[in-house]
Amino acid sequence: MQILLAFIFGLIFGLGILISGMGNPAKVMNFFDLAGHWDPSLAFVMAGAVAVTTAGYQFIFQSGKPLAGEAFLLPTNPRIDAPLLAGSALFGIGWGIAGFCPGGAIPMLGTGRLEPLIFFAGLAAGLIAARNAQAAASATPGGTALAPPRS
Amino acid sequence: MTEFTPLQSLLGGALIGLSAVLLMAVHGRIAGITGILGGLLPPGIVTDWPWRLAFLGGMLLAPFAYAAVSTVPPGFSSPGSWPALAAGGVIVGIGVTYGSGCTSGHGVCGLARFSPRSLAAVLTFMATAALTVFVARHVLGG
Repeated sequence: MQILLAFIFGLIFGLGILISGMGNPAKVMNFFDLAGHWDPSLAFVMAGAVAVTTAGYQFIFQSGKPLAGEAFLLPTNPRIDAPLLAGSALFGIGWGIAGFCPGGAIPMLGTGRLEPLIFFAGLAAGLIAARNAQAAASATPGGTALAPPRS
Repeated sequence: MTEFTPLQSLLGGALIGLSAVLLMAVHGRIAGITGILGGLLPPGIVTDWPWRLAFLGGMLLAPFAYAAVSTVPPGFSSPGSWPALAAGGVIVGIGVTYGSGCTSGHGVCGLARFSPRSLAAVLTFMATAALTVFVARHVLGG
């Protein structure tokens, strides 16, 4: 049942990506092209998503735990540190180059197009390489231990 | 050039938000694609992989649900060359791992939790994305 629900929630997420236009790299890149043919749509996607999530979270967190699970698993690291900022800066560069973010690319994979597949292959390689590097660093005495990504 | 779509984008965004709310209400999880996908990749594949795989499977099959409600396929145009798409993917993968999240985890769920850490991440990746597109289109030409 939990698995079926996760599938349905993923379906809703993917539908949101497709309806909002965020699976379209040209539309994403035009949001960032303030000096060109600016398309403000991405701001409306974020506004709609954050508004619903903020309201929903307020309601949900009034109960102590999720319907199927022991506890709400929320990120606990409050630090604004170098890995956060450097990693986010890098993510923005890649997003600007390709026009895909992870959530935007996966529903487009289902259309059978080649472009999201090429991006996704690079994404998976980058994720695996960086996760290996993090694991190696945290296993090294004196190395920088990094919290695993939660979001 | 792409057409400004305020209503569709607001509606699509609301659906993304609905998904994030439901995943938290039922599973108690952040709807961050970086985290959900990362847990399925080596090293250290997580034991709670079934719900992650199911969520990503739902995302993957969304075009079929879309086709059931719309006769027009979703607009698509990818300006990037194949090497740019592959390189962009690698850079995104490394960035979101060290940055602990992407647009969904930090941008949607993090901002909804009023997380200063997520706000810092969002401001940073939005700024570098805009800078990258500016350089690619208006400095290097394109």
